[in-house]
Amino acid sequence: MSNIHKDYEGAKLGMWLFLFTEILLFGGMFLLYAIYLAKFPSEFHKGGDELDVVIGGVNTVVLLISSFFVAISITAIRLGNKKACLRYVYITIACSLIFLVNKFFEWKAKFSHGIYPDSEHLKELSQGENIFYGLYFLMTGLHGLHVIIGAVVLGFAVYFIQRDKINKEDFVFLENGGLYWHLVDLIWIFLFPLFYLVL
Amino acid sequence: MSANEQHILSYKKAFIVLVLLLILTGLTVVMAEVDLGYLNVVVALALATSKSLLVIMYFMHLQYERPYLKGVVFMTFLLLAIFIGFTFFDVSFRGGS
Repeated sequence: MSNIHKDYEGAKLGMWLFLFTEILLFGGMFLLYAIYLAKFPSEFHKGGDELDVVIGGVNTVVLLISSFFVAISITAIRLGNKKACLRYVYITIACSLIFLVNKFFEWKAKFSHGIYPDSEHLKELSQGENIFYGLYFLMTGLHGLHVIIGAVVLGFAVYFIQRDKINKEDFVFLENGGLYWHLVDLIWIFLFPLFYLVL
Repeated sequence: MSANEQHILSYKKAFIVLVLLLILTGLTVVMAEVDLGYLNVVVALALATSKSLLVIMYFMHLQYERPYLKGVVFMTFLLLAIFIGFTFFDVSFRGGS
């Protein structure tokens, strides 16, 4: 099988190019956020005060830690330490689950206050607050979807590592999965201050 | 260049980056409590930008990639800055609402 051509650089460049499309996708939404923040500063402030800074903060820390572990999982596989690598990827996946559970409780609390897309309560609020919550659900929701996808990709990585398809010599799948995971972290780095701490 | 000639990020460096990221996160929360008026947005975004630089450069390994990849990433963020910046020129000079 060793004669199969593997283009390491090309695989990585391809991943980066895909990440650019993601950055521009979220970039468009950040742009919407910025414009409406400029238009409705006090409403956005009021909306931001309603969000749970503790849950948001904990999730920030969870994502940063998970990013660290996926980064060192690559270090481990390259040093030939398969066991450590697997352990670090498991921790990363566990972090993604913690993040999602937190998100679930956060959204559940919002729903029980009648705040969910197209709810009666939201329609009674001012336009600015309505837009704030609209963007909040759209952006954190899309981000949450990325967390799920990232976790699934890392799940595949676990499968490949166990079967030595990802190994000391050939680890680009894990590296690209890691890049995707870091992107999820990057987006949250901006979402957290913009929504939870506003500004 | 084959995969094996690539630089390996050391555990120690990765850990230092994590600690820095956590400190910057703490700082972001603390600074949000201080009322700086308009500057609050600037400070929060500056902190977020430095955090993302750390993630991109070390966790995403860009620091050790070849110049062409750095260039491509730079162009992407430049593009993002242009489209956000220019939209703001438009919005702020439109007058009225």
